[in-house]
Amino acid sequence: MLQKSAQLKKENNMKVSVIITLKKDVLDPQGKVIHQTLNDMGFNDINEIRQGKYFVIDTKETDEKIAKEKVKDMCKKLLVNLVIEDFKIIGSQ
Amino acid sequence: MNSSVITFPGSNCDRDMDVALKKFGFKNKMVWHDDNELPKSDLVVLPGGFSYGDYLRCGSMASKSKIMQSVINFAKGGGKVMGICNGFQILVESGLLPGVLLRNKYLEFICKNVHVKINNKKNFFFKDFNKDTLKFHIAHNEGSYFCSNEQLKEIRDNNQIALFYSDADGNIDEKNNPNGSVENIAGILNKEMNILGMMPHPERMIDPALSGEDGSIFFKNLINNLK
Repeated sequence: MLQKSAQLKKENNMKVSVIITLKKDVLDPQGKVIHQTLNDMGFNDINEIRQGKYFVIDTKETDEKIAKEKVKDMCKKLLVNLVIEDFKIIGSQ
Repeated sequence: MNSSVITFPGSNCDRDMDVALKKFGFKNKMVWHDDNELPKSDLVVLPGGFSYGDYLRCGSMASKSKIMQSVINFAKGGGKVMGICNGFQILVESGLLPGVLLRNKYLEFICKNVHVKINNKKNFFFKDFNKDTLKFHIAHNEGSYFCSNEQLKEIRDNNQIALFYSDADGNIDEKNNPNGSVENIAGILNKEMNILGMMPHPERMIDPALSGEDGSIFFKNLINNLK
């Protein structure tokens, strides 16, 4: 019984990951400060650092294709501001 | 004249705005973000603050709240809407105004008096204004206005820039740009000129004993233009 419910739980779970990055021309002052600090710490071979966001979305949807489509929709409607950000759905498990 | 100020969880300039609007003759109502319907209004104001703790992106959650659908419909039907500070961020996140507000260039929370120059007086917010520069207060962490080059061209061509950061004489230059905004932009209008978003707080300049008078001029002018 316990094994069955664990299996059921596994079947009803899928995690979709999405990475959000700033578009090329958008100023990223935080990335600049992180770059500067790493530079001061001795990591002096860095060309540039751009800070982004990473989301893991645990969904009840079991069909991978549909799950990714839904995450895409979430990105467009809330998670991402397309004026300044790009997103990439990087996988599901 | 009836006005409505929307209160979101985390708004903190809503009561100041209420005081300012009432002082200059508006009958103001406070409207909760979870309501569906706007009361009958001649002006809707989205106040400053930190709606939803500025989570995800400033204004992003508030732009999806229940009342915003009514505000969007009201604005699209030609209703007058004004967003101050966080209200400006909510307006860009809801798509009512172009562009976005990024983290301040030098990563500081800025809280000080600044001067702004009025760029466009052909709208009911600034029509018949007898001054060109105003002293207003700013208090924000994400006020650096940004938009794509195409959008910038469009808002310039349509004369949508309402305010520039400047000095007291109206000189617009990098030295007087507090937060790194593109072209010193402090406030913009939509194409139809019925929606205004700006980072400075006019409601903090309504008492000469405490701050200044330029907010008083702004609100007096606003109610006159609405009549």
